[in-house]
Amino acid sequence: MAGLHKSDMKNPVVRWIDERLPIPSMLNKEYAQFPTPKNFNYFWNFGALAMVNLVVMIVTGIFLAMHYTAHTAYAFDSVERIMRDVNYGWLIRYIHMNGASMFFIVVYIHIFRGLYYGSYKTPRELLWMLGVVILLLMMATAFMGYVLPWGQMSFWGATVITNLFSAIPIVGPDIVVWLWGGFSVDNPTLNRFFSLHYLLPFLIVGVVFLHVVALHITGSNNPLGIEPKGPQDTIPFHPYYTIKDTFGLCIYLIVFAFLVFFMPNYLGHADNYIPANPLVTPAHIVPEWYFLPFYAILRAVPDKLGGVLLMFGSIAVLFVLPWLDTSPVRSMKFRPLARPFFWMFAIACVVLGYAGAMPAEGIWVTISRVGTAYYFMYFLVILPVLGKLERPRPLPESISAPVLRGGGPVPAGASAKPMEKA
Amino acid sequence: MMRSLRNAVVAAALVLATPFAANAAGEVVKPPAQDWSFGGLFGTFDRASAQRGFQVYKEVCAACHAMKQISYRNLAEIGLSEDEIRAIAAEVQVQDGPNDDGEMFERPGRASDRFRSPFPNERAARAVNNGAYPVDLSLIIKARGGGADYLYALLTGYRDEPPPGVPVMDGMHYNDYFPGHWIAMGRPLNDDQIVYADGTPATTSQMARDVTTFMAWAAEPELEQRRAMGVRVILFLTILAGMTYAVKRKIWADLKH
Ligand code: HEC
Ligand code: HEM
Repeated sequence: MAGLHKSDMKNPVVRWIDERLPIPSMLNKEYAQFPTPKNFNYFWNFGALAMVNLVVMIVTGIFLAMHYTAHTAYAFDSVERIMRDVNYGWLIRYIHMNGASMFFIVVYIHIFRGLYYGSYKTPRELLWMLGVVILLLMMATAFMGYVLPWGQMSFWGATVITNLFSAIPIVGPDIVVWLWGGFSVDNPTLNRFFSLHYLLPFLIVGVVFLHVVALHITGSNNPLGIEPKGPQDTIPFHPYYTIKDTFGLCIYLIVFAFLVFFMPNYLGHADNYIPANPLVTPAHIVPEWYFLPFYAILRAVPDKLGGVLLMFGSIAVLFVLPWLDTSPVRSMKFRPLARPFFWMFAIACVVLGYAGAMPAEGIWVTISRVGTAYYFMYFLVILPVLGKLERPRPLPESISAPVLRGGGPVPAGASAKPMEKA
Repeated sequence: MMRSLRNAVVAAALVLATPFAANAAGEVVKPPAQDWSFGGLFGTFDRASAQRGFQVYKEVCAACHAMKQISYRNLAEIGLSEDEIRAIAAEVQVQDGPNDDGEMFERPGRASDRFRSPFPNERAARAVNNGAYPVDLSLIIKARGGGADYLYALLTGYRDEPPPGVPVMDGMHYNDYFPGHWIAMGRPLNDDQIVYADGTPATTSQMARDVTTFMAWAAEPELEQRRAMGVRVILFLTILAGMTYAVKRKIWADLKH
């Protein structure tokens, strides 16, 4: 068991370290030589972008925390002081604020990539589920971060969302008091939210690590959704995907910079520049844009507990998705019947987001209900049934031998056999 | 079949009508868009206008509204000299202390002081204003959906009489653009109410325009630096993206697809 690691490193210093702590070998294996399908499209950039985004959030967050004061009497003014008196404080804050939006844009695209190309299917179930855990942690982090500047939306958003827990039968009201640390959202709430907002991103780092470990066991999926059949189907991660990711990173940074420098408050809400006031309720309480679809689901049903259950259910259903989708074919490219349902699902999410921003009355309630119904139907009815009914298009033999037009064999019993074993 | 078709048409009409229905209820009126020196992607603050706007704030609004995020020293950013700033700050008395005897005392303001607030606290402000609270104006442009257009419309949107059929509310004033129309602030700006130091005729719309420019600067003092930096950052990133793309093409060229 014991003994030095056999190192291939040429540099004597690196080699000396590598023999005792083989991190250089590990990095070389997992990030340089790592065999990667050669046919990725640009949707495969978004995982790397999400990782960069996480680092950006942590770095800017640490600098914000040096100047921020977590007290109801000072929080708003301390953020204004960051904006006005801290050197480049406005830059740090606007990066952090818009970074949260960019993070959700990137992660939502990353998730829809997975939904379209069937990346959640066996053997990548655990990889997918770890991703859903990251999404949940991100939501909790962003929600609590939004409370910190202690503006009107901070306060009322926190009040509305924490109040949801009062829907739990019997213990609900006690749980809410426990969450608040008092009888309303107040200083104890702000303090614990700051503490947790600082903690959760580091938990995210931990789960991201597991997510990547799981990825490196199964290898990446690809746009064809078939497993590489040999070395001719893969290329080393470096330099091919390092350079492609770098290019994608530049484009991402351009979009990010445009938001930060030219429209830093476009995605935010004007009311959050009004200091929190427990005595004045804003005309419309709306969460940040990235929560709107879930907010619409919450308000789609007249019953509070029902709404809360549906909202949490909309994430929970993602956990079991690998077992709901019965089709062995991963990529929607080869699923002519499933594809339109997928796009309708994407549209339903956008419509729900729109409805979430509107007052919960009249036609918007109906629209939210239709959207919510479709959201759950897609996972609970359409995907399970389609797998049985659909006749997928013929799959290519391998990644390097793309399917000939009209040719290629239809896998026997196409809807029964897991492809990677073909 | 016809029924469901008709329902669909009614539903569609409702969706289209919702925004108008909200207007008819007199909730929020969209302020007309103005041409601002600081508008667009590359605008900068008109210094002369911002300075006049400061004069309007000082001589009119400051009687009721605080701007506690702003210090006198910040006025250098809209082009006031150090001497001017020191003189302006010295016009007010601020409370300081305690001194060695443990007493609070009044002293003339300094450049490093925040703008002095007209009232010691919110209760005092409400007591003098019929129960209404004149909000802090430091962030007003960012704190209202309509931004600068809204402030200008609010200041120029007063009517002496409410429209026919609308009952008069005692102690309140009718404004075309305030949400709900009845505002506790009386019309603050009237023609020739002040005399501009630079001789510009002080019409209501001129004063409204100037004070709005001043407030826009106060809300986003970093705006010019931010945009200038943004241009450079995006240019740099665009060139970097182009070069990275070229390298990517070169590296991938040896792969047969
Ligand atoms: C006599 C005191 C007084 C003066 C002078 C005054 N205001 Fe006001 N202002 C008020 C009061 C009181 C309110 C609260 C109105 C309400 O809530 O109905 C108010 C509200 C406002 C609002 C908030 C409107 C909103 O959307 O909530 C703005 C903006 C404003 N004033 C700008 C100004 C400006 C700019 C000036 C100077 C040109 C000014 N005020 C001068 C008393 C004053
Ligand atoms: C997963 C990563 C993170 C996300 C999604 C996130 C999200 C947010 C959001 C949405 C806000 C409110 C922005 C605003 O309106 O001002 C915020 C504020 C804040 N965050 Fe984070 N954050 C993350 C990581 C961190 C970390 C690691 C720290 C500290 C070490 C931190 C410290 C702060 C502070 C001090 C504020 C209040 C200052 C402000 O409002 O600008 N954040 N965060």
